[in-house]
Amino acid sequence: MHEHECTCHPGFIHDTLIPQVGVITDIRQETPDVKTFRIEPPQGGKFFEHMPGQCAMICVPGVSEAMFSITSSPTNKEYQEFSIKKCGVLTDCLHSLEVGDQVTVRGPYGNHFPVETELKKQNLLFIAGGIALAPLRSVINYVLDNRQNYGHVDILYGARSADDLVQLKEIQEVWMKTADVNVYLTIDRPQEGWDGNVGFVPTYLKELAFDTNRTAILCGPPIMIKFCLQALQEMGFSKQQVYTTLELRMKCGVGKCGRCNIGSKYVCKDGPVFRCDQIDELPAEY
Amino acid sequence: MKKIAISNLPKLYAAIAKAQSLILPVKTAGKTNFSLWTEACDVDLQTLKTVKSAKDAFFPQSETLYHCHRDGKNITITPEDLQSESFVVFGIKGCDVRGIAVLDKVFLAEPVDSFYAARRCHGTIVSLACGAPEESCFCKVFGIDCAEPEGDVVTWLTEDYLYWKPVTEKGEKLTALVADLLEDSDDAAVTAQKEAIGKIVEKLPYAALSLEGWNGEALNEKFNSPLWETLYKPCLACGTCTFVCPTCQCYDIKDYNTGNGVQRYRCWDSCMYSDFTMMAHGNNRTSQLQRFRQRFMHKLVYFPANNDGMYSCVGCGRCVDKCPSHLNIVKVIKAFGKEGK
Repeated sequence: MHEHECTCHPGFIHDTLIPQVGVITDIRQETPDVKTFRIEPPQGGKFFEHMPGQCAMICVPGVSEAMFSITSSPTNKEYQEFSIKKCGVLTDCLHSLEVGDQVTVRGPYGNHFPVETELKKQNLLFIAGGIALAPLRSVINYVLDNRQNYGHVDILYGARSADDLVQLKEIQEVWMKTADVNVYLTIDRPQEGWDGNVGFVPTYLKELAFDTNRTAILCGPPIMIKFCLQALQEMGFSKQQVYTTLELRMKCGVGKCGRCNIGSKYVCKDGPVFRCDQIDELPAEY
Repeated sequence: MKKIAISNLPKLYAAIAKAQSLILPVKTAGKTNFSLWTEACDVDLQTLKTVKSAKDAFFPQSETLYHCHRDGKNITITPEDLQSESFVVFGIKGCDVRGIAVLDKVFLAEPVDSFYAARRCHGTIVSLACGAPEESCFCKVFGIDCAEPEGDVVTWLTEDYLYWKPVTEKGEKLTALVADLLEDSDDAAVTAQKEAIGKIVEKLPYAALSLEGWNGEALNEKFNSPLWETLYKPCLACGTCTFVCPTCQCYDIKDYNTGNGVQRYRCWDSCMYSDFTMMAHGNNRTSQLQRFRQRFMHKLVYFPANNDGMYSCVGCGRCVDKCPSHLNIVKVIKAFGKEGK
C-alpha cells in the first residue's frame, strides 16, 4: 500500500516542503538588475494568504531554490509579486525567464510586521535602501489600503542612482499622491535629470530630523541598517521603536534544516521580522 | 518478561521480517551498521556502537521529496509516497533511542515533517540494553539509562537468552506477532545484568562529566568565550562528527536530474562545512571557529533554549571515537568546566 496520506496522520497530505506550480504572468524591469515577477498558480489567483513581511520559497527545478520576500500586499486580492535582484545562480536564471514560464512556489514562511497589533494607530517611518524596498512595499501598501488604522506615514527611500529605484512608478503615482504620506527619495551620487536629494540614506535621515513620535521600519543592506540605526538613536529613538528584517541562507523555511539560526532563533521561523532590541539579544553572527 | 534462546534468534528475525521490514545491526566488510535483515546477513548484536547511529531508520541520509516533470513549459509535481508499511528497528541502544526523541522535537514540531512523522508512526523500536558500555560512553550525563533503555520493546542479551519486555501498545502488538517464539521468564537474569551494567557505568571515565552552566540562559556568555579560539583549531571541517551523530539533523535539499525531470531530494548536511551558510551576497559564518562554535552551541545551549532544557547530545561517544583530530563534545564541556564558566 502506497499513498501520499499517512494513515496515522490524515492531515499530512501536503508537506510544507512540497511546492505548488507557479506561472509567471507578468515581468516588470524595475532597474537594470531588478525585475518584479507576478507569479500565479496555473488556475490564477494567489498561492496562499500571507501577511506583510512574510516570504516564500521560489524554485527553478534543476537550478536552485531560495527565499524571497513577497513584495505585494495581502490587500492585493488578485495575485502575488516578487521583486528580485539578479545576484546569484538562481536569480540569474529567474531573470532569463519569460512570461508563461513556470517555477515552483511554497510558503508563506516566517513571521510578519505587526501591522494588526503594535503598528496600529502609530505614525510610521519607513526607511529602505535599494532592493530592500521589496519587503517594505508589502507593508506600505497594506498600510495605505487600511489608511484609517494608521497615523502619519513617512517613506525615506534611497538607491545608488535614479535608475536603481525600485517601484518608482507606484511611488510617484500612488504613494506620493496619498493623503498624509510624505515620500523622500535620495540617490548616492548626483545625476543628470535628478532634482531630488543626493546623499546616503543615513545622512538624509539625520537631515530630515523626524521626531520620535513614530515607529520606524528599516530595511536595507547591513551597512545601511547599522548607520540608520545609529542615526535613529542619535535622534532619540529607542531600539524598541525600530523594526527590521533579516536574511540568511535557508533550505526548509520551517526551522528544521538548521541553516539560518542566529543563536537559538531561526530567521525563517522566528523572523524574518525582528525588533532591533530583540536583535541586540542575539549573538553577533548575522 | 519474556525470553527467547539465542539459538532461536534467526527464527525471531525471520518471523518479524515475514510481516514487516526488519532493520538491525548488520556486519558488512568488518563494519556494523543498521541495515535491512536478510536471511544471509551477518546480524551483529555484540558490537556496542554501530558506526552511524540508528537515525537513518527515521531520517535517512538521503530521501526523495518529490519528482518534478517538465513537459514543454509545464511543470508537474509528484510528491514521494510517505512510509505506509510497518517496520521494526531492532537492537537500538539507549543513547540512539534518545537521539530519536531529539529528532522528534525538530521534525514533529509544527509544521510537522510528514516524511519523518510517517516513518515514526509506522516504526516499532526494539531497544537493547548495553551489556558492556565502553570508555567513550557518557549517556548517563544526559539521564539515559543504558541498562533499561526506552523503546516499544526493551531487550537484554545474556549468554543464553534474549530477554524481551514490551512497554508500549506497539510493543505489545509486535510481541503478539512473535508470541509463539517467546517463553515466559522471571526477571532474575535481567536484574543481575542491570546491576552489572550500573557498576560499569559508575566507573566510566566520563561518568562525572558535569553539564553545569550549559543551558539556554548561558547563550551570550558561552558564545563570546575566548575558549573557542583554542578549541576549534584542530578541526579539519570533515563533518564526520555530524554524520555519525544521532541528533545532528541539519539537511540540504538538492536536485537530481533524472534525464526526463528533476528529483528533489533531501540529504544530511553539516554545519561544519564552509558553504553551509553561503548566500549570493555573503556568508555569516566565514571562519571554522564560527562553524565549530555553532555545532556545540546548538547542542548544549540553543537546543535546550528551545526545548525545555533538553540537550541535543545523548552521550553516545561516537564523535569521541571517530574524530580524526581527537576533538569532541566532551573536550568542549570539560574546557568550559575548568574555566568555571
